[in-house]
Amino acid sequence: MTLAIILYTGAIGLLVIGLAGVVMSSHLFRMLLGLVIAEAGANLLLILAGYRWGGAAPIWQAGQFPTTMVDPVPQAMVLTAIVIGVGVQALAIALLIRHRHYSGTLQRTGGLNQLQADLDREAGVRHTRSSDAPTLNPLTEVEHVH
Amino acid sequence: MAWTPLLFSGGLAFMLFSLFMAVPFGEPLMRVGGMIQQTDGELGAANLVTAVVLGYRALDTLGELAILFAASTSVGLILTGVKQRTVSVECEELGELFEQASTLLLPLLIMVGFYIITHGHLTPGGGFQGGVIIAVALFLPTLAGRGAALLNHRLIQQVEGGAGALFILLGVAALLQGESFLQPWLPVGEIGALFSAGTLPLLYLAVGIKVGAELAALLTHLSTNVPSPEVPR
Repeated sequence: MTLAIILYTGAIGLLVIGLAGVVMSSHLFRMLLGLVIAEAGANLLLILAGYRWGGAAPIWQAGQFPTTMVDPVPQAMVLTAIVIGVGVQALAIALLIRHRHYSGTLQRTGGLNQLQADLDREAGVRHTRSSDAPTLNPLTEVEHVH
Repeated sequence: MAWTPLLFSGGLAFMLFSLFMAVPFGEPLMRVGGMIQQTDGELGAANLVTAVVLGYRALDTLGELAILFAASTSVGLILTGVKQRTVSVECEELGELFEQASTLLLPLLIMVGFYIITHGHLTPGGGFQGGVIIAVALFLPTLAGRGAALLNHRLIQQVEGGAGALFILLGVAALLQGESFLQPWLPVGEIGALFSAGTLPLLYLAVGIKVGAELAALLTHLSTNVPSPEVPR
């Protein structure tokens, strides 16, 4: 039971840390890194779901398949998930490159401000931010030096 | 409201924990694994994971390849029009050692990649893993600053298309023999031999070449589209 708790804590911890990173970070690339961590946790959870006590790898050994072996189906699923994850990450990075070309920043609110400014300019409205407008995140108001 | 994400994370962790604690650990509830074990290698693959990926759910693998293809195509689409600037410009002073090492490693990595692909039905590994190694091998010259001279984009596209076509043709060939689409059909042979498991190694070869070509093109695409430093942040 303790082993199960330790393993599940590792996997669920990775998943939760990753998702918390996605929600809490103000930098888009860090959000992507959080997604990668969450993915690792989810894959680990899937692998754990197919574990069997005393199970060997599902591979032909010494003339036969092992009598007790771990479930090969979740492993095949995780193989799929990793490949899809790579595709998603590449796509996300391409979008980030595009976003940075457009707005010149990867801060989460930077792109929003740029979009609002563009919309206002197209509509012929003067782009002003009201002093009463709520600051989305006080951290991003500070000019970041990279 | 800085604590709301933390609250969300805590709630998620609690939910997942209580869900997984209700399932007995080490005794999978799914019976599929046991059923596959009882087939006793009817597909002839010593690695049961390969039997699942290319035998029992080959159609899903085809879908997976389609997703990877869609991702790499969209990366190309998204990045067109972005100002081109090759990495090699700033990598000129990487040094003799790195350049020579990349030349030495290139054939070695390609060999290891193909080894892993062709033994995918015998040992852990297979088309996806070996394909990634081949992609890294093809990406090395770009990293070493010799540009993408090796990577002819047209050639890569044709290789990729050919590999994808091979995968589908193997499926259609099974169809022509009155079987289901993508059903393994060549003689199974002896489990554990290199030439065994029917069409599974051929399918994995197609997967490996496709993944390798696709990821190499994708990596090169990303590396030649680095944002210029003069853009104001």
